[in-house]
Amino acid sequence: MSSDEMNVKPLEYQTEDGQMSIVGFWIFLAAEVVLFATLFATYAVLFGRYSDAPVPGNLFEAKSTLVMTLILLTSSFTCGVAVFEMRRGSVKSLLIWLIITLALGLSFLGFEISEFMHYAGEGATLQSSAYWSAFFILAGTHGVHVTFGIGWLMMLLIQLARRGITSVTSRKIFIIGLYWHFLDVVWIFIFTGVYLIGMVV
Amino acid sequence: MGLDEFFVTGEPLIYAGMVAIVLVSGAIIFLLTYFKKWKWLWREWLTSVDHKKIGIMYILSALAMLFRAGTDALMMRTQLAFPDMNFLDAQHYNEIFTTHGTIMIFFMAMPFLIGLMNIVVPLQIGARDFAFPYVNALSFWSFFFGAMLFNVSFVIGGSPDAGWTSYTPLAGAAMSPGPGQNFYLLGLQLSGIGTLATGINLMVTILKMRAPGMTLFKMPIFTWSTLITSFIITFAFPILTVALALMTVDRIFGSQFFTLTGEGLPMMWANLFWMWGHPEVYIVILPAFGIFSEVIATFAKKRLFGYNVMVWSLILIAGLSFLVWVHHFFTMGAGAFVNSVFSVSTMAIAVPTGVKIFNWLATLYKSKIKTTTAMMWALAFIPSFTIGGITGVMLGMAAADYQFHNSYFLIAHFHYVLVAGTVFGCFAGLVYWYPKMFGHTLNERIGKWSFWLFVIGFHVCFLPQYFLGLDGMPRRVFHVVPEWFNLNVISTIGAFGMGLGFAVFVYNIYYSYRHSEREKTGDPWDARTLEWATTTPVPEYNFAVIPHVKSHDAYWDMKQKGETIYDESKLEPIHMPNSTGRPFIMMAILAFTGFALVFEWIWLAVAGLIGALVIMGIRSFDYDEGYHISVEDIKRTERSARGQSHELR
Ligand code: HEM
Ligand SMILES: [Cu+2]
Repeated sequence: MSSDEMNVKPLEYQTEDGQMSIVGFWIFLAAEVVLFATLFATYAVLFGRYSDAPVPGNLFEAKSTLVMTLILLTSSFTCGVAVFEMRRGSVKSLLIWLIITLALGLSFLGFEISEFMHYAGEGATLQSSAYWSAFFILAGTHGVHVTFGIGWLMMLLIQLARRGITSVTSRKIFIIGLYWHFLDVVWIFIFTGVYLIGMVV
Repeated sequence: MGLDEFFVTGEPLIYAGMVAIVLVSGAIIFLLTYFKKWKWLWREWLTSVDHKKIGIMYILSALAMLFRAGTDALMMRTQLAFPDMNFLDAQHYNEIFTTHGTIMIFFMAMPFLIGLMNIVVPLQIGARDFAFPYVNALSFWSFFFGAMLFNVSFVIGGSPDAGWTSYTPLAGAAMSPGPGQNFYLLGLQLSGIGTLATGINLMVTILKMRAPGMTLFKMPIFTWSTLITSFIITFAFPILTVALALMTVDRIFGSQFFTLTGEGLPMMWANLFWMWGHPEVYIVILPAFGIFSEVIATFAKKRLFGYNVMVWSLILIAGLSFLVWVHHFFTMGAGAFVNSVFSVSTMAIAVPTGVKIFNWLATLYKSKIKTTTAMMWALAFIPSFTIGGITGVMLGMAAADYQFHNSYFLIAHFHYVLVAGTVFGCFAGLVYWYPKMFGHTLNERIGKWSFWLFVIGFHVCFLPQYFLGLDGMPRRVFHVVPEWFNLNVISTIGAFGMGLGFAVFVYNIYYSYRHSEREKTGDPWDARTLEWATTTPVPEYNFAVIPHVKSHDAYWDMKQKGETIYDESKLEPIHMPNSTGRPFIMMAILAFTGFALVFEWIWLAVAGLIGALVIMGIRSFDYDEGYHISVEDIKRTERSARGQSHELR
């Protein structure tokens, strides 16, 4: 590969392996879109089927979900900054921004768990009714994805610290970035489609 | 839980099955030990990431599953042969039609086709392997262990018995307690992961790894059908993943998605299942279309007629396949308007399908047909599949479907498309590509015997079922009344004819292994596409030099111009991935996890899940770069393969 070509393409795109992994991951995300679309459709179909369980309007709170949304949006931003720093070739600031992202992800998760415990305490559990089953599985699947992302990111942090920015590590960071932004987009739909609508109905 | 609850007891047929399993596994273990082949098995096969070997393992497993599910079928046909037969009781009959359908679709049809794709697609596009060889191995082992998890149900815990469609509320915890249905859910979930991964893998392989010069519209048609199938897989399989997961959570953790309590909606299962299920039937037919197109073009010695139209009709069928799912439950009360919409979209699929039929006929028109076994499967496919398609359109008319639905008419329809389409296609493909895989052709004479037995048996078996359906015989009944006797006994005779045909097919594999002449040219059929340009047996790196492609029938053109793809001066070291045992181990652990969940041993399942995650973690830290094959080694391999072939030509 000629040297000026090296200058135009980001490091993660420079090897054929890197390019293929990134394309593959985009296609994987398409499959994830279908997965979440199916869960959203299920939620929509089961909307209003509360049986004897509490109504979401009485449980959902604007404040805590808004905080969660802000945390996750910010983490998407910091993740973007991290990739930007990676392109500049600075391992140190890359690590710092990723750790911030990680911390934000963890606090989002903390909020989500306490929310779920709160609902359960009020009598809305996975088992209470079709509506609540759909709610917990939809939001929970997103939460599990975030958890998985956190574990994954921790492993990448170790690899970055050991190896620095190479064509392989940069590819991995770029891909987890895609994953993280994707989860953010899904959350926006959960926030509006599930929480906001659930509060007013 | 006592052992008598763990193992299935009290059924003589199942005891016989247990004895057979113990004897066969004992024999395999004995042979492997006696011939000291354990290491060879592990090194050469279980840890391989080579697409050709993985493909062969797929096909072998699929043939074993065809045997298992075929045995189920013959048992059902025996029970239905005469009124008041008592060969199987109601419960056992329910279990067997469930496992028959599930295994045929998930563990026979799909792996068979994916196995052929594995072997052929990289060779057809001039690539050295899949985009992600490691993931490919993961896919195979997820299918394999998923199939094992499902199959073990008939001796441990009991088979599922709610049909391959597993409709709720019947399949829910309230009406189907116990492990049976859990085996269905977790076995399919495990193998489904692998299928999705294969879809993504093949898509990237085809999009990014084609030989220079091979534009999309110069790809061989089988590669096209694989690409389109991969699209369908990627967009349909997540729906199945979700549906299975929701039912699993319903059954094991008490949620209320498909239950009658808690305002659950059993009908939602039918919708989710068929939103995946109808695309699925195209996942198993489009690759078969691709195979027939290759076989017909090769043995008619002509360029495929209307190549572009063939491609566009594949794309159209794939798109439409997502828009017709309601036709599987017209009778369940969706209302006239909804039924009409789906009726029209269903019938629309027949248009691009019909276009393909006419294109095959036009390819054959005025050509010099060579009736090899592979070609005969393709020729038998065209009229037989057309019958299946036309009766499909009859079923697609919503009003008429109230009469046909869940009768033997439906059974006959889908066997006419699935057997005459998918199974004939798998056989045609296996016979056609067999020399590439094993270095010798299958015996033609025995092949034709198996062909005639199977095809005649097929029509004798399933044609009467249309009329049984019109006479009102419902599907999934285990007793026939005397009025249905004649046609049923004919059908059973046909079924045994197919069984015999399959047995002859398998015998042919053994016979040809012993007696068939070794194949040395690499191109026994005088074929058209790049897979035939390599030497036989195909070296692990496939192509010593990546070919340049100028037209759609790339190899045919090269042969006309007297060119070969090999040029010693252009050799470079070739990069290869290392073998690894991790895919095998990881999927074995996940199968264990699934097994624990089947019996609702939650903590064991959690432990298994952690084990699988640990393996994923190890993979993440693994920076294994593979190895290089030196130019010297390539030269040696190629010279010995080509030296011989030149002498003999
Ligand atoms: C011309 C194209 C086709 C049309 C119009 C068509 C139409 C239909 C309709 C309307 C049904 C539902 C009937 C009922 O349940 O009452 C049906 C069932 C079915 N079709 Fe087709 N079909 C076509 C091609 C295929 C192909 C190519 C395959 C597979 C290779 C296939 C496999 C099946 C299966 C497996 C079922 C029934 C599954 C079950 O209920 O267990 N069909 N078809
Ligand atoms: Cu359908």
